[in-house]
Amino acid sequence: MPRSAAREGSPFTGLGPVFLKEFADHLSSARMMVLMLFVIAFGAFPVASSLQQLRTVTESDAYLFLRIFTTAPDRVPISFVFALNFIIPVMAIGLGFDAVNSEFNRRTLSRVLSQPIYRDALLLGKFLGGLATLAVVLTALWLIVFGAGLLLLGIPPRGVEVARGACFLVAAIAYGGVWLAASLLFSVIFRSTATSALCALGLWLFFFLLWPMIAEAVTIAFAPAQIRSAEEFLAVEQVGLVLSRFSPGALFSEAVIGLLNPETRTFGSMLPAQMRGVIPGAPLPLDQSLILIWPQMTGLIAGMIVVFAAAYVIFQREEVRA
Amino acid sequence: MTDNVIEVRGLLKLYGTTRAVDAIDLDIRRGEIFGLLGPNGAGKTTTILMLLGLTETSGGTVDVLGFDPVRQPLQVKRRVGYLPDAVGFYDHLTARENLRYTARLLAIPRRDAEKRISDAMESVQLADVLDKRVSTFSRGMRQRLGIAEIVMKKAEVAILDEPTSGLDPHATFELLQMIRGLKKAGVAVLISSHLLDRVQSVCDRVALFNRGKIALMGTVVELANKVLGAGHPILVEAHGIDVAGALRGVEGVQSVVAEGEGGWRVVADRDVRAAVAQRIVSSGGSLTRLDDLQPSLEEVYTRYFEEERHAA
Repeated sequence: MPRSAAREGSPFTGLGPVFLKEFADHLSSARMMVLMLFVIAFGAFPVASSLQQLRTVTESDAYLFLRIFTTAPDRVPISFVFALNFIIPVMAIGLGFDAVNSEFNRRTLSRVLSQPIYRDALLLGKFLGGLATLAVVLTALWLIVFGAGLLLLGIPPRGVEVARGACFLVAAIAYGGVWLAASLLFSVIFRSTATSALCALGLWLFFFLLWPMIAEAVTIAFAPAQIRSAEEFLAVEQVGLVLSRFSPGALFSEAVIGLLNPETRTFGSMLPAQMRGVIPGAPLPLDQSLILIWPQMTGLIAGMIVVFAAAYVIFQREEVRA
Repeated sequence: MTDNVIEVRGLLKLYGTTRAVDAIDLDIRRGEIFGLLGPNGAGKTTTILMLLGLTETSGGTVDVLGFDPVRQPLQVKRRVGYLPDAVGFYDHLTARENLRYTARLLAIPRRDAEKRISDAMESVQLADVLDKRVSTFSRGMRQRLGIAEIVMKKAEVAILDEPTSGLDPHATFELLQMIRGLKKAGVAVLISSHLLDRVQSVCDRVALFNRGKIALMGTVVELANKVLGAGHPILVEAHGIDVAGALRGVEGVQSVVAEGEGGWRVVADRDVRAAVAQRIVSSGGSLTRLDDLQPSLEEVYTRYFEEERHAA
């Protein structure tokens, strides 16, 4: 519908109250307790096991603290980071799947929108409230892991380890933001909270289980029957990587590997020519690691913004009447 | 500065090719209670949403307290209170917390807000449940809480969408009292409803919606004159004489029609009750009933839509 006359007043009027209410609601809700239990159940086990294993390590390791996150212990073959790869989406979806449609079903939407705020502020406030909640939970988790490491390993982390850990936390929050935006989008599209939760979880399962297989199958299908040179092999591998990176989980994994395994130089293979002068197993400095994972980070943040924008556009066009 | 708080000219709302609201004109004056009546789906709620800037208009102009809801919705929504059909509150919060949230959205300073919240709750007789969770509230209490929100907001215009639907008679009575209270406080009230007799008792003027158009507008008496014909109907019950014959001679009587057992509906151009009583008694009849028939909105409504159907 053409609307030539611009509307007056800031779109962010009332953003503060909406954000504070959403944040307070999340923190005090029963759902939050359930999600915390979930996080503890799935996070504590890998951390405890990896700590147990790391205590027996005798050789010196400059990044011992970061190994807490990445070690996949023998008995529990999942690392803490891998656990986070599915804890974060479930948490984000749990926080966002009923953000807008529950307001609609409780018939509070038209009453709230009849107060002097724009829909922009309502949606953004809900998103930021969820993101802040996610950030609080993840930060708490991160501090607990670091604290447990301090107690059980008996050595303080080095400054660079803390810095890498902090960057990892930022990546985790951005990853959560993508799924929060996706669940918010479904809560705008579907009036039924159950449908919206189902769709968000379905999308997550698709990317978590199915997408890696699909990416692989597609790559194989397009690869030449016989790979004759290293260049050809690299090209095929590159296609597979690009495809897999459509999944936010893959982006997050790569970002985490780059940050927490300082030895990482590339996510694909390296040609012998590129290996010239490389000391195998030598860690990269933090700034080089950051450059390595920069595309993954911008990808996550861009994905979050794009999905949120989609939710925003649909919400603007929605009728408020029941 | 006119005395109108809401001025609507040629307001139009299209859903595809359907004209949900079809070029209506509407004026609502300061301090009056105005009723928007009509069957469900006649365009009442759509009109209300356009007045608040919650739905885009397809044409025409709206002026609410000197502001344009399309371009200046924040200014309009700051001054207009809205009670939606079957209003909802956050169940897990108390009444006070719900109103506090609204107060924050309105950017009312905190200390001021607490006073206004308790005063508003006092005015709708909910002061004793101020700190109870809204999940324990009955439907009537939720509607009253909605009124409290409007009072707290110090709105100049209150727009109530089907405020009495689903309420028991007592709750309805109390709610209508509160609506009168709003009027006393100088608030212009716009009520949309299909419950006619309730609305009739509080409205100064009404507009009758039909298929997106305003079919009739004015006071209830004006509407009655237009639809039921001018005249002053009374109901007479008498026996012992030929009532019709006796009354036809009374000055001003236009028609006498039998209605029920021994009852007659007499229409005159003025109040002829005294003359009618005198005539019946002097003719030797015994008068058992003499009623002034107030035109009821329900009658107007039914008759209007009957005629519409015949015409269609």
